[in-house]
Amino acid sequence: MEFTLHVWRQSGPAAPGRFETLSVKDISEHMSFLEMLDLVNERLIAEGKEPIAFDHDCREGICGTCGLMINGVPHGPLGLTTACQLHMRHLKGAKEIWVEPWRARAFPVIKDLVVDRSALDRIIQAGGYISVRTGSAPEANSIPVKKIDADMAMDAAICIGCGACVAACPNGSAMLFTAAKVSHLGLLPQGQPERFDRVLSMVEAHDREGFGNCTNHGACQNACPKGISVDFIARLNRDLVKAALTYKPYEITAV
Amino acid sequence: MRRAVSLYRTSVGKKFYMAVSGFILIFFLIAHMAGNLKMYAGPEAFNHYAEWLREVGYPLLPHKSALWVMRIVLLASVGIHMLSALQLYLQSRAARPIGYRQAQDLSFSYASRTMRWGGVIIAAFVVYHLLHFTTGQAHPDFRAGDAYRNVVLGFQNWWVVGFYTLTLIMVTFHLYHGLWSAFQTIGANHPKYNPIRRPLALVLALLLFAGFMSVPVGVQTGLLSLQSSIAEKEAGVFHGAPIHEGGE
Repeated sequence: MEFTLHVWRQSGPAAPGRFETLSVKDISEHMSFLEMLDLVNERLIAEGKEPIAFDHDCREGICGTCGLMINGVPHGPLGLTTACQLHMRHLKGAKEIWVEPWRARAFPVIKDLVVDRSALDRIIQAGGYISVRTGSAPEANSIPVKKIDADMAMDAAICIGCGACVAACPNGSAMLFTAAKVSHLGLLPQGQPERFDRVLSMVEAHDREGFGNCTNHGACQNACPKGISVDFIARLNRDLVKAALTYKPYEITAV
Repeated sequence: MRRAVSLYRTSVGKKFYMAVSGFILIFFLIAHMAGNLKMYAGPEAFNHYAEWLREVGYPLLPHKSALWVMRIVLLASVGIHMLSALQLYLQSRAARPIGYRQAQDLSFSYASRTMRWGGVIIAAFVVYHLLHFTTGQAHPDFRAGDAYRNVVLGFQNWWVVGFYTLTLIMVTFHLYHGLWSAFQTIGANHPKYNPIRRPLALVLALLLFAGFMSVPVGVQTGLLSLQSSIAEKEAGVFHGAPIHEGGE
């Protein structure tokens, strides 16, 4: 394959960025997108140039580390696929390929295509946990969970935290991520004690990090490599309104 | 009250207020559209209806009191709807200081992309509409109490009809996305009812478009005209509601 690659280059967080145009030749259509970038980098290094920095880890679509805006779509044109699982054959016929980092105030660029997604970690820290006795795993059937709840919790827990929802959202909102994390614990019995504190704290953390707000465009669901539904956002909204209007937080009054 | 305020502080809470105020405005639109269709019942019926709006609740309530309660509720709804929209817009605009060179729109529907500028057009129209048909400053020949005549004369001007049509198209988009979106926002989400939310929004949006549009189309095609009004008056048929001087 042969194409023109437009890639965002930015030497550091404070440096101004720009697009670099590279003419790329001799690319096998069986290469993954990241392998293509690896090869381009090897050629850049051979020419004595700075390679393109990009995030990657497992390369099997489960870790959420890779994240590239490819021709205007997070993770590229193939649905339900992370950038590492995208193959060059899926971009067949593309004369030009534009690669950009996730764009959001809460995701500052570190270098080239690498962005700092620790804002998502801080949302998790705000409430994405449960208080249970740690130690050996309890007997699986000691706490009954309805099949539908278990399935829905798994559908939410499948979120890999890649940030494609934020990247795709016209509002730069991380509400699909937050909703998935809130729902995944809120659907299970173990997640009930902190259910309403969780939704309040996580939405507060979401807003504090400088993400936008959800206006139900639905772009996040279409961009999500795991196909997480915006139904979870409705669930989060319901929990939040209920928590804000009726929930009485536990207060320590005795000494 | 403290809880209502703390709800509003969150982004989701602002959207909740936007959704609830939106529902109130949708109910208003349905009632307004139904009232407009009275045009087809003739000048007497329409003017009587217009007068009735001012007298709802009388004699139990003072003149126009129910009307003012309605107006305050609507004004508050519009205010909350616009304030939350502005604040949410500013939050979202700040969330992406640098945009994409290439970005494909992955939204479910085009309508969702028209909400903000569409809303501005609708707001501008509402101001004009009140000056046109309620207070009369923007009307060429406004006569308080003869609502039928005001409407027919008002819609004989083609650019008035143009602005009205443009606004209605924006309202249709606004409702198609807005109603569905409001269900999402208040958390009205259930596998059993989810599939009917979109069709419901579409049907309501199109019904309102057709209903509102029928009046200017009726005037432009001559179906609604002053001839019938005058003819009826001459025949002594007109014995409508009393006309209040300097009315609303």
